[in-house]
Formats: sequence, structure tokens, C-alpha cells
Amino acid sequence: MRAKALFTYLGLTLLALFLAAPFIWMLLVSLHPSRSPIPELSALLPQNWAWENYGIVLFRTEIPVGRFFFNSLFVSAVVVAAQVLVCGMAGFGFARYAFRGREAVFGLFLASMMFAGAVTQIPVFLMMREWGWLDTYAALIIPGISSAFNVFLLRQFFMAIPQELEEAARLDGASDFHIFARLFMPMARPAVATCAAFSFIAVWTDFFWPLIATQSQDMRTLEVGLSIFRAGYGTTNWPLQMTAAVITLVPVLLVFLALQRHFVRGVTLGGIK
Amino acid sequence: MRKSQTGWWFIAPASLHLLVFALVPVAYAAYVSLFRWDILRDERTFVGLDQYQRLMADQAFWGAMGQTFKYALMAVPGGLVAALLVALAVSQPLKGMAWFRTLFYIPAVSSGVAIAMLWIYVYLPERGLINTMLMGLGWPSIDFLNESGWALPALAFMSVWVGLGPRMIIYVAGLMSLPVTVYEAASLDGASGWQKFWRMTMPLLAPTHLFVLVTSTIGAFQTFTPVYMMTNGRPMGTTNLVGYHIYVTAWENFNVSAASAQSFVLLFLLGLVSLAQFRMMRRRLEGYDAS
Repeated sequence: MRAKALFTYLGLTLLALFLAAPFIWMLLVSLHPSRSPIPELSALLPQNWAWENYGIVLFRTEIPVGRFFFNSLFVSAVVVAAQVLVCGMAGFGFARYAFRGREAVFGLFLASMMFAGAVTQIPVFLMMREWGWLDTYAALIIPGISSAFNVFLLRQFFMAIPQELEEAARLDGASDFHIFARLFMPMARPAVATCAAFSFIAVWTDFFWPLIATQSQDMRTLEVGLSIFRAGYGTTNWPLQMTAAVITLVPVLLVFLALQRHFVRGVTLGGIK
Repeated sequence: MRKSQTGWWFIAPASLHLLVFALVPVAYAAYVSLFRWDILRDERTFVGLDQYQRLMADQAFWGAMGQTFKYALMAVPGGLVAALLVALAVSQPLKGMAWFRTLFYIPAVSSGVAIAMLWIYVYLPERGLINTMLMGLGWPSIDFLNESGWALPALAFMSVWVGLGPRMIIYVAGLMSLPVTVYEAASLDGASGWQKFWRMTMPLLAPTHLFVLVTSTIGAFQTFTPVYMMTNGRPMGTTNLVGYHIYVTAWENFNVSAASAQSFVLLFLLGLVSLAQFRMMRRRLEGYDAS
């Protein structure tokens, strides 16, 4: 039994190394002086730690990475806040009221998870062009303010809250919206955290939609901006490319590590249904 | 549960969003696919089902479908087996397993563009991570992303690496939901660990296999960012996966009508594949019940 445990640890550590190696490489190369060639593995630790690369990439190249960073932060923050409210309300409505057409509408939400993305990109682009929304924050934000998956997730949580709590609040004269905002949402904090983690990571790492919905450099998000940065610096300047990649990765990794417990629950819920 | 139409007020914003950004677009996409629509000059001619007829004979599209199928044949089973093995390891009652689970998840939440840039390095000839090792062993350097025999397996291998975390977590959840009593009974009957794995764990995990199989297949057929960043469909079209092909049709050749028709055909085929996988899995399950 001891040998088996040892074998497990050995295998998992090797695997962890295999998964982490490219990230470690990226971090170290980002600290080599700008324009230096790809280092040999034996010379991976920089001789002079070029921390200034981060300032250069963010503020001092002709590609406005600082602006991309702001765009991503702004769009993600608004989308997460809106999604928590919109999906929270819908989850509450589906879970706590029996109204006409409920099953049918909920079925549409579930069905939309199937075809989301693949078929809808072109028509949404054409609609936004019609409305003059292309290349604006509206194009980046409005399509993201609700997600069928998060509606489903919060509905599951709200269904499990006992009826007595709601009744007691009603006897105290609380309105429907008050019950939602002051009673149910605070109780759903773990589920809301899951929902927020999913939506932040989805928006921050979205590539396809911002790529087609924006054109001007000032409206690009960091994920698209990173591909522009790479194209701008060719394949020659690996240190600066890797600096830009680290800048893109750090926010999502921080959010993931802070909320990882909630994240795992969301993934398994999606799997069980 | 309250019998009240108040529920409508709560679902109204999300329902409106669903209507405008999912339901109407699907109908609109079907409409667009019935025209020859020039989005640059905004001219449209109604052509009926002509786009679909052309598509049936479109060798580039079916070539991309074929390559995506090959890609899925490598990436999906590879990803499934890797995730199952890792899940079995990390669901043992040992210290530090939660830590490993978190760590293994990281590639999946990382920016796809940054990951693609990293893997360009991993596959680089001469100086790249893999080639440094190969050459250290005295083997010649391989230009993975530019040799037609290597590029597609290289992308598939990368997708196993990226997708390991979520699939592993789903398997861990599946393993935790297995009934302990059945295992205890089997142990009393003298079943070996190997027998328990093949005769109990694997069949009991059938719903989990199915979920991973279906979601990974759909994921494989929608692969875009790695192709866009790493190969642009080269060498010789071997990595021209269908998700990328549709993008090029719509946004580089500006043929949105053909692209809409392509995305409907893809959606239809994915529906069929999911259904077939579901059927197959159910037959296996029934066979297991009978024996």
C-alpha cells in the first residue's frame, strides 16, 4: 500500500511538472532582456532580471497593451455584475414561481446551451452592424449579460432553499424583489461566486467574438490584443511576447485560485445535470 | 412554490436576452443562408437552397470536416483516457490530492492565445522544449507545426493537455458517486482490483464517459484559437479544422451565407454524433445489465 501511494505521488508530481513547465518557462523568459534570443534550457534563469519588460509592454510600445488591459477589466467587471443580477433573477423566477409557460421557456434556455456560439456569431454581427454597435463597448458587453448555464446553476441552488424561509419573510411584509435581493441572493453566495468565476474567466479569455466585433486598436480586449502584439513583434522578440502573455494570464489565474473551490462545484454540476 | 405570474418579471431580462442573442440569431442565420449575401457591398440575392447544394460538393469544406474527424479521433479518446487515469490517481484518499486537482485545472482557465504562444515554443524546431530533449537524446529535430504528418497530432496532443482539468474533475465526481456497498460486496466475493475496475468501475461510469465523450467531441469540432494562432490551417490544409474553415469563409472571404450554411450542417452533424454516442452507450449499458 505504501508503495502504491509513493507511485501515485511520483506520477502526479511528474504530471504537474509537465503541466507547469511551459508556464515556468514563460515567466522566466519574460524576464530576459528584450530582443534576446530564446535561451538554452541551461541558461533559463536570467542573468539580469529585466523587470522593466512589464513597464515596456504595458505602456511604451506602439501597441497599447495598457489600454487592452483596461478594456478587458472594464468589460469583464460589467459583464460579471450584470450576469449575477440577470441570471440570479431568472434562476429565482424559475425556481420559486409556478407561472404559465415556465417549462417551455426553461427548455429554450437549456436548448440554447447546445447551439450557443457556432451558429449565432454571424447573425449577431450583422444585427450589431445594423444598430451601429460594432467596435463599441456595447458590442463587447451586451451579448454577455446573461448566460443560460448560470441561470441553470442558480436555479438549482434556489430550488434547494426551504419554503418556510420565504413564507416567514412574506409574513413580515417583504416584497417579492426584497425576498430575492435581501434573502435569497445573500444565501446563494457560494453559487453566486461560482457563477461570477465562470463568467469572469469566460469573458476574459473570449477570443472569437471580440476578434470579429471590434476593429480599432483602442477597442481590442487583452486576449485579442495579445495576438496583435505577437504579430507586431513577429517571432523575434520572445521576452516581450512572453511578458504580454504573463500580463494576460495573471488576472484569470488570480480569480481562479481565489474562487477555485466554487469553480470545481460548477463544473461537476454541469456534468451531472 | 408560489402560483403567481410574478415569476415572469424575474425571468424577463434573461428571456429577452435569450430571444435577441440566441433565438432570433438562429432564425436569422437560416435566413442568411438562403441568400448570396455580400456583406462588404451589402447586396443580397435570394438563392434558396443553393448554398446547401454547393456545400454538398464543396471539397474544401468536406476536407476540413475530414481533418476535424481525424483530429477528434486522436484528441477525444486521448483526452478521455488521460482524464480517467488522472482522476483515478487524485481520488485516492491521500494527502495533497485537492492541491493536485487545482494545479491540473490551470491550463483550462488560461488564456487560449497565451497557451497557443507557449505551445508554439514547445513545438519549435531546434530550440523548442520538445526538440531540446529529442536532440539531447541524439535524435534529429522535428518541425512539428510545419510537417504535414506531425501538425495535426501536435494540436491534438496539446488539446489533451489543455482539457485535462475539467474532464478530470467530471470523472472525479463520477467516481465519488459510485456505490460503496457494491464494492464491499465484490471484495467479499474475492474480486481483484483489476476485475473491479473493468467489471464495475468502467460500466458504472457510463454516464460520465458519455458526458465527456459528447462535450469533447463538440469541443473538437469547434476548435479555433490554436489553429488561428499556430498553423492557419497549414501545412497543406492538414490542420484546416472546420471551426477555422468557417471563420475563414465568413471573415476572410466575407462569404457569410456559405458560412451560415456550413455552421448549420456542422450543428446537424454534431447533433447526430451526440445522438449516436448516446445510443451506443445505452446499448452497452443494457448489455451490462443483462449479463
